[in-house]
Amino acid sequence: MYNRVSKEHISYLNKLKRRKKIILTTQVAIFVVGLILWEVAAQLSLIDTFLTSSPSQIWNTFWKLAREGNLFYHVGISVFENVVGFTAGTLLGVLIAIGLWWSDFAAKVAEPYLVVLNSLPKTALAPIVIIWIGTGYDGIIVTAITVSIVITIMNMYNSFISVDEDKIKLLKTFGASKFQIFKKVVFPHSIPDMISTLKVNIGLSWVGVIVGEFLVSRAGIGWLLVYGSQVFQFDLIMMGIFILAIISVAMYKIVSVIENKFTKWNQ
Amino acid sequence: MSKDPVLEVKNISMIYHTLNGEVKAIENIDFKVYEGEIIGIVGPSGCGKSTLLSIISGLIKPSTGEVIVKGKKITKPSKNIGYMFQKEQLFEWRNILQNVLLGLEIQNKVDKMAIEKAERLLNTYGLGEFKESYPRQLSGGMRQRAALIRTLMVEPELLLLDEPFSALDYQTRLAISDEIGLILKKENITTLMVTHDIAEAISISDRVIILSNRPATIKEIIDIELTCPEGRWSPINCREAPEFRHYFNRIWKELDIHV
Repeated sequence: MYNRVSKEHISYLNKLKRRKKIILTTQVAIFVVGLILWEVAAQLSLIDTFLTSSPSQIWNTFWKLAREGNLFYHVGISVFENVVGFTAGTLLGVLIAIGLWWSDFAAKVAEPYLVVLNSLPKTALAPIVIIWIGTGYDGIIVTAITVSIVITIMNMYNSFISVDEDKIKLLKTFGASKFQIFKKVVFPHSIPDMISTLKVNIGLSWVGVIVGEFLVSRAGIGWLLVYGSQVFQFDLIMMGIFILAIISVAMYKIVSVIENKFTKWNQ
Repeated sequence: MSKDPVLEVKNISMIYHTLNGEVKAIENIDFKVYEGEIIGIVGPSGCGKSTLLSIISGLIKPSTGEVIVKGKKITKPSKNIGYMFQKEQLFEWRNILQNVLLGLEIQNKVDKMAIEKAERLLNTYGLGEFKESYPRQLSGGMRQRAALIRTLMVEPELLLLDEPFSALDYQTRLAISDEIGLILKKENITTLMVTHDIAEAISISDRVIILSNRPATIKEIIDIELTCPEGRWSPINCREAPEFRHYFNRIWKELDIHV
């Protein structure tokens, strides 16, 4: 096949490649130019760095905290709370969804409760959670779980019941038990939905973690942000946000790798 | 043709209950199928053909009457009965070999011999090199063939086909119905096939059952005897038989379809 590729096809492939390159270059350029403009404006005192900070100041704050401070301690705590939060939220949510799939009665009974809980802003529950559970990691983790669990239950339940009825019929004609139906078709069918729920949950759990840390913590990125605003140190706040952005992207990428592993059949 | 029927459908009626009242879907259906026969079931759309298949497979219970397969009354889905659907229903996340082994896997019967048998069948029916492929990499016709092999793997005594080719385009449909007809004859599988394609029913079946409008009753059972080209029996070749046209007109008139 290779030696028969026509010139036209090669130019077509090159065109696609070029377009991809241009898009990537533009994306990087916007970021870099933005940073440079920001920095130049700060250096020329066109903007007040007291209110906007500047890239070099953020970088300096980062270095300072990384070397002499306990930056990685704060980041570590937040990441830990987040990972435990979204893992537990996803697992618990999936387990409850399995229960609802198993019992149609339970699903019907739970429906209005889920709808109400889903439309409620979950962060409003954070003060209650923290009073009930405590002001340590546990309270923050539970806050993170409350943010992601309801939507997980709803998404996964809907995914479970969206399996083609004929596929279930087919398994029944082979003599499958309810457990086998779940294991052989319902669960594997829902893996792609589960992974996209996991991706959403990472973001949702960050909301829970940061809100929790705003409220009670003595450590973590959320605490850094609140502390930064209290002492009006804008460099610290901006650095916290940059770190959050970088960690979120990294986690998203990790899940994407897992996704590729589990959905080979779809490529 | 052995004397004991493989399938006895005894006086089946089915009533559906809905909030708006009850609907009589099937009334007094009664017939027998003998070993190795292929029976086509035709009827107006929505007349309850698929309901009838679901009852025979044991997936739903009839309001009255009973279904007996090889002397045993059917009350729940049974391993002796294979079922094929409009869509082939291969599992996208399993490769072809894993798909074909699905039935045996459910029954905890996958062993070396089963895998060898699956590979042999896949080879015989032209899917040998695709056993590691995923369903989406195969054409519609190949997927339907894989679905048939999946059904044959559990060695059903009776095969139910619910409009198995209607999701395919016309040319694929002709080719695959020809192939599957040949496979069924070769493996001597007793088959009940619901279809809305009169020509397909005539070309494959030994007998055609014509159902009436809802509630479905049996209007007539027609024995199909086509003088197919000698030694070249196949559903497509049989379409050239001189009697084909007569059967077609007869069934068409019996169906009595007005739009």
